Amino acid sequence: MAANFFQARAPTKKKQAKDKESVPSPSLQPWVEKYRPETIDDVSSQGHIVSVLQKTLTSTNLPHMLFYGPPGSGKTSTILALSRQLFGPDNFRARVLELNASDERGISIVREKIKNFARQTPRAEAIASDGKKYPCPPYKIIILDEADSMTQDAQGALRRIMENYARITRFCLVCNYVTRIIEPLASRCSKFRFKPLDSSSARDRLEHIAAAEQVPVNRAVISALISTSSGDLRRAITYLQSAARLSSATEPPTPILPGDIQEIAGVVPDAVVRKFAQTLGVDVSLIASGDGDVEMDDVTSSTTTTALRGFDLIRETVRSLVREGYSASRILIQLHDIIVEHPTLTGRQKSGCALIMAEADKALCDGADEELWILEVALRVHKAVTS
Amino acid sequence: MLWVDDYRPKTLDELHYHVHLSQRLKSLAASGDFPHMLFYGPSGAGKKTRIAATLNELFGSGVEKLKIDQRVFLTPSRKKLDVNVVQSNYHIELTPSEVGNYDRVVIQEILKEIAQTQQVDVSARHRFKVVIINEADSLSRDAQAALRRTMEKYMTNLRIILCVNSTSRLIAPIKSRCLLIRVAAPSQGDMLTVLNHVAKRAGAGSLPEDVADEIITDANGNMRKAILVFEAMKMQSPDLSSSPPIAKPDWETYCYKVADMIIQEQTPQRVMEVRAKLYELLSHCIPATIVLKTIADRVVQKVDESLKADIMHWAAIYENRMRLGNKKIYHLEAWVVKVMSLYKQFFLGIELGDFDDLI
Repeated sequence: MAANFFQARAPTKKKQAKDKESVPSPSLQPWVEKYRPETIDDVSSQGHIVSVLQKTLTSTNLPHMLFYGPPGSGKTSTILALSRQLFGPDNFRARVLELNASDERGISIVREKIKNFARQTPRAEAIASDGKKYPCPPYKIIILDEADSMTQDAQGALRRIMENYARITRFCLVCNYVTRIIEPLASRCSKFRFKPLDSSSARDRLEHIAAAEQVPVNRAVISALISTSSGDLRRAITYLQSAARLSSATEPPTPILPGDIQEIAGVVPDAVVRKFAQTLGVDVSLIASGDGDVEMDDVTSSTTTTALRGFDLIRETVRSLVREGYSASRILIQLHDIIVEHPTLTGRQKSGCALIMAEADKALCDGADEELWILEVALRVHKAVTS
Repeated sequence: MLWVDDYRPKTLDELHYHVHLSQRLKSLAASGDFPHMLFYGPSGAGKKTRIAATLNELFGSGVEKLKIDQRVFLTPSRKKLDVNVVQSNYHIELTPSEVGNYDRVVIQEILKEIAQTQQVDVSARHRFKVVIINEADSLSRDAQAALRRTMEKYMTNLRIILCVNSTSRLIAPIKSRCLLIRVAAPSQGDMLTVLNHVAKRAGAGSLPEDVADEIITDANGNMRKAILVFEAMKMQSPDLSSSPPIAKPDWETYCYKVADMIIQEQTPQRVMEVRAKLYELLSHCIPATIVLKTIADRVVQKVDESLKADIMHWAAIYENRMRLGNKKIYHLEAWVVKVMSLYKQFFLGIELGDFDDLI
């Protein structure tokens, strides 16, 4: 009796504390959390995975799982929604352990924490407090989020634990790069690959959120969100929220413009990149641009005001870019887009440019000096294009 | 007190340039719905000043009561780490990259600690505390990964403000969780206004226009440098009318000397002399990247157009290697030798060409 008493008591106490901590004001919650899908049917554009997981809901038999895919494609959301559907709100806390990179995950922690959690044999309960019936299968789920940042040793330590406790626990590893998961672990799991979201389902989701939050957005804004976030729904939602914050914070509230989204996303304005490309000898007049008049102004001003030529001109342009504070990697990405899609440059010229950009990207990742490397890219692109 | 600190704007309204940005920050602070933020921009553009002003807007003048604390952390391998933190009742400021590879521990410990304590001061305007992380671009990947989930999970008790020079080295998940705020360097006109303002506040009389121009060109968008130079000039000649030359830092003139030496003569002997000078610079704690950039700048000014691109190319390559490698001097020297050989080849090439013509 006494044991039962404590068991029944402990989870509710925990739950209350948790509620207090996380629900006080929904307006402060990031929308990414607020609009996480409730059920796996709500997960956007991962049809195949959803249909497979749907079966596990009915059969209540779950393999170990490995979710991988680019950021913002719904991996964490899927597993959270699945476990919520499996266990219901009451048992969720007791049955699911979520560990991510912000928790200490050395070997010893993996051994202790997971072992302890896995050891307590769960007990199924029939009917949840909200009246619905949940399958509540007799095992626990351990979610290892961002598993690719676990050390090799910690992953090695998992191997045997996974097998030993396979009767009462299921592991779900979530990662971006499946290659960083050691082979023995990967082979113990059934793998699910998450695709980056296609633009139509991303659009649906964003429109849904905008409607629910009563943010007035038009199609152009949504398109800007989708193009700047490149398939990462979380990023798109965060940008939307930031834009909504900014627009509602001003007096009187201003409508959101595609330009705002670009500024929030840290994208370098098109006109600036085009001017830069022009300085390097890339003919930008052939590329269609969104804002024709702005571009015309820039063209005239750059031809009249520059007394400098060749090296000095390029260097001055690079200096001004750096002073404006644009990020080097961003400039690189956008310059790359202009050059690769350019209609008249020859294949040879383009591949020359691609080579140097790859080198520069590596150097920037290693932490090389930004100004030197933008200059280096500029000079070599100039050489490749004009030769 | 230095003028830079003395006349630093304390509130968003006092800021002189990027008015639009200040307004944005102000309305964000007023709305109560404050996101995580990432300030980026070149040094001396006013990132820190803006952060401080934003905090002031958020919490009132209470944030100016600072205390400096030394905290001790224990790594899993029982190594003790000392970290200096600056904190007020409402915010805490730290530079985790001080402890090198162990920055992850600091991030985890401090953030968790703050995230799990609630604001007890009833009179506080906001329930959350703000954590300012300086030099976030030199955080290790592990430390950045540790930030990811924390930023989402503890949104109620905690806001993070990251302050970086460039966003290139931040991992994408961090960037996507923050509101990016670009602080561009001030334009020449902006800098002039600020200098005039400082001159007036300091009671230094009016600032002659040519002197101001000189200071601004020299500072290249770095407001802090401009004000420091201004103050130094003021010390040298209180009336500013004689227009003393801008006091260049010693290391800069020294770098110029090295550059001149490289161009004058290209022999193994000269390499040894240059090496001695480079050692001298490094031993005075001038960052190797800056040394390389300054020398390269100077060399490029003096050589033929066709050589410039190559010299900058090798500067970029060796600068990158310097980061990856261990001994900075090797790469500096390698670059010097490379430049010398390029220069010599260039001249020999011309001489040989002439020779060919003669025959």
